[in-house]
Amino acid sequence: MKFGVVTFPGSNCDYDAFCAVRDRLNQSVEFLWHGDPNLKGSDVIILPGGFAHGDYLRAGAIARFSPVMKSVIAFAESGGLVWGICNGFQVLLEAGLLPGAMLRNRALRFSCRQVYLKTETTDSPYTNSVQLGAVLKIPIAHAEGNYYAPERVLDELEAADRVAFRYCGPHGEIADEYNPNGSARQIAGILNEGRNVLGLMPHPERAMEEILGSADGCRLFESVLGSFAGGRAAGGTRAKVA
Amino acid sequence: MREQPVTPELVAEHGLNEEEHQRIKEILGREMTFTELGIYSVMWSEHCSYKNSILLLKTLPRSGPNLLAEAGEENAGIVDIGDGRAVVFKIESHNHPSAVEPYQGAATGVGGILRDIFTMGARPIAALNSLRFGNPEDPKVRYLLNGVVRGIGDYGNSFGVPTVGGEIYFEDAYTTNCLVNAMAVGIVRTDRIARATASVVGSPVYVVGSRTGRDGIHGATFASEELSEKSEAKRPAVQIGDPFTEKLLLEATLEMIKRDLIVGIQDMGAAGITCSCSETAFAGGQGIEIDIAKVPVREEGMIPYETLLSESQERMLVIVKTGREEEVRAIFRKWELQAAKIGEVIGGGHFKVYENGELKSDIPAETLALGGGTPVYKREEQRPARLDQTQHFDFAAIPVPGDLCAVLMTLIGTPNIASKEWVYRQYDGMVRTNTAVNSGSDAAVLRIRKTRTALAMTTDGNGRYCFLNPRRGAQIAVAEAARNLICSGAAPLAVTNCLNFGNPYKPEMYYLFAECVRGMGEACRAFNTPVTGGNVSFYNEDPGRAVYPTPTIGMIGMIEDITHITTQWFKQTSDVIMLIGTSRDDLGASEYLKTIHSKITGDAPYLDLAEEKNVQQFVLAAIRAGLVNSAHDVSDGGLAVCLAECCITNPDGIFGCAIRLHSDIRADALWFGEAQSRIVISLVQDKQAAFEQLAAKHQVPLTVLGAVTADRFRIEHICDLDPRSMKETYYACLPKLMERTK
Repeated sequence: MKFGVVTFPGSNCDYDAFCAVRDRLNQSVEFLWHGDPNLKGSDVIILPGGFAHGDYLRAGAIARFSPVMKSVIAFAESGGLVWGICNGFQVLLEAGLLPGAMLRNRALRFSCRQVYLKTETTDSPYTNSVQLGAVLKIPIAHAEGNYYAPERVLDELEAADRVAFRYCGPHGEIADEYNPNGSARQIAGILNEGRNVLGLMPHPERAMEEILGSADGCRLFESVLGSFAGGRAAGGTRAKVA
Repeated sequence: MREQPVTPELVAEHGLNEEEHQRIKEILGREMTFTELGIYSVMWSEHCSYKNSILLLKTLPRSGPNLLAEAGEENAGIVDIGDGRAVVFKIESHNHPSAVEPYQGAATGVGGILRDIFTMGARPIAALNSLRFGNPEDPKVRYLLNGVVRGIGDYGNSFGVPTVGGEIYFEDAYTTNCLVNAMAVGIVRTDRIARATASVVGSPVYVVGSRTGRDGIHGATFASEELSEKSEAKRPAVQIGDPFTEKLLLEATLEMIKRDLIVGIQDMGAAGITCSCSETAFAGGQGIEIDIAKVPVREEGMIPYETLLSESQERMLVIVKTGREEEVRAIFRKWELQAAKIGEVIGGGHFKVYENGELKSDIPAETLALGGGTPVYKREEQRPARLDQTQHFDFAAIPVPGDLCAVLMTLIGTPNIASKEWVYRQYDGMVRTNTAVNSGSDAAVLRIRKTRTALAMTTDGNGRYCFLNPRRGAQIAVAEAARNLICSGAAPLAVTNCLNFGNPYKPEMYYLFAECVRGMGEACRAFNTPVTGGNVSFYNEDPGRAVYPTPTIGMIGMIEDITHITTQWFKQTSDVIMLIGTSRDDLGASEYLKTIHSKITGDAPYLDLAEEKNVQQFVLAAIRAGLVNSAHDVSDGGLAVCLAECCITNPDGIFGCAIRLHSDIRADALWFGEAQSRIVISLVQDKQAAFEQLAAKHQVPLTVLGAVTADRFRIEHICDLDPRSMKETYYACLPKLMERTK
């Protein structure tokens, strides 16, 4: 299985995602330069964290125009796995592959810390080997992670089981005090209609080893790997994009 | 700006005195041109020339078996850590810019220190910062703190370096003149170290990165005078940071170095093109000639003086290998950065500046470069009379408070002791996935990929101690830094330092500086941690007062095996708690004295370097033997605060303790005194015997304090508290202050 990690000029978690795949998952992985539309035969595309083009404008607003994004969008529309982490999630929103937008954190400050995530669906290639309701310890590091969408869209996301993760307490408690950024309905990650695109604000690639504070991020990567055992991602073939 | 005739008045306005003016005339054999005046004024400023400090700095221990460069030889210190790798690190001040424009001042401080690291071919792996502010009850102070923290955060977070540690103190002495010392650490393969040298005649000279604008002109000169009401008008001398461009510059620079395309490289910080050209020319024993009109600029109509002195950020001077220019240009095209050839290396040792072929400046580079012919002064020292009074203060006059439990709760809720989480949560401390211990323990720890080893790092300094006893205060700064590394499982390797002081022309001020340097040298010799570099920041004063003498020590340590990584907090109930070292009847300079009794007096706390070293060596041996579950040094707030921190700072839980301790020392000194060389550890009961044997072998005093418990913080005869309420007090202090609207 081959992963492609997109490098925008201001990506700074591209190397971390690369190492997670190469060193912890033992899979093949290649960097994809943002200026080159060639996806080099990747089975999964990761849009990593960072500040794609400096993000002095809205986060991800310029990245969607990078040449690689045309290919990424086409890949996603054909059912390919596209995984946006942090800044990558922001890029997916700007590119229209996922609904909604990111506001500034409600405290109006950057926030970096370990948080807990409740697994809200196992019906996706990213979570199908995680138990429903499982609590994962995975860090956040962002200033614009306050997920917003109109009520109607939030209802639709929930009705279609497209909320992948919510922020929670250490024992899975869903409460405002555990919402680190003010996200609507404590949403930390969502899927597209085809369930092949995941946008996730926290950083599973930073939670791959106990020495770094948690190895819970491995569960997501292992799910992706497991989904692919048959040669094609389960869930990735079900439907077209929203 | 227009070129003007060089008159004695204009020379004086540029901060050069008459004697210096005469010397320059002798060097050149003529009067300076206007352009040359600009060049000399920055290169002979305190900031670039170290003219009032260099003699003393040379007394510091500056060599060691693993050092790959001597202090001052390269842009940062560099120490061999085995496996074909070296660690590169340095700390620098950005005090004056931060005092007038906190956000950009701090941001560009971070940017500048990062460039010092990657200009040597090293990828930055961590950033730390040491900050000093006035009383946060003052809204102006909160404005400064808020801006500085945002500046540091935005720059490091976007650039992609984890900010993993540092320290903050609040003292009235820093009210208008805050201190912002930024440290960066990088790792480089020893076969890819880049040098700041222009050694090969005929090599093309490039300026790469951002375009040059009018920002930051005379930043170095601004840093070399006292702050005053007029300083607000110097805001244009503060540079503007662009972390995105810095990130691009990092990648382009490392790619160029990896492909072996260059002779030398130096980042542009203070005095921009002028400093980088003259220093690399001097280091290479050659000259450099440039045509200033070839520098890509942001603004029209810039005269050579301005372009030469601009401190626009995110630029580098690169001396390219002949024949490799097209490859260099291709790399910078890929990263969408400027790369312009502006001249070449020449023989003869002169730094020559042309503008469209017309010679504007012709100066022997040697006379501009630190370590060359820049002025060197020995200043007068005068011991302040106040020290005789404060050092003999009679503590019998201070009553022991009846309720020491209330004292403890007050101390853990005071800004100097309370958690700094409000600050460090705004920093990405995890990017690049090497951070094993983030902010919040005694030192930060980063593992080194593909090895069993890790690096520990810390910054330490206590201005109040130095104010009351500069020599011992500086010794303590070094001792505490080493102790923090030891508590994390590391052996101290080497030091970088940032020396923040007042006006060196005032003899009492200079005494404080000289004593601090002497104390630092003594301690660095004791711990075998050579000084690899750093910087000096004088003139940290306004007409009202000077800052406390504040030497900041940045120290790096090596952890032999990642299983030795140790944190400060308790891990499990029923572990035994031990105190290593000796408590003393010592209240001098303590946070307790300041907070509870409103007194800043006494001598700096007790320290004996030999005793300290012995304690440290024992604790490291015990950690390496696998005997220790937690280790935390006793510092601000003393033993009781140390125990409280052990109980409430574990990110994954909260503990209590049951403590019993008998002593003849007066109770407030026992629990809140800051005598040095003490460490609190916890360990499982089974290992107590082995631990005691090892202590006996090292001849280190041990006291069993009690045990880790689940839910009460009990010290016999002193307190019985709910650790959850202690935690609330400790973590809520700064957020409450900083989110206040008035």
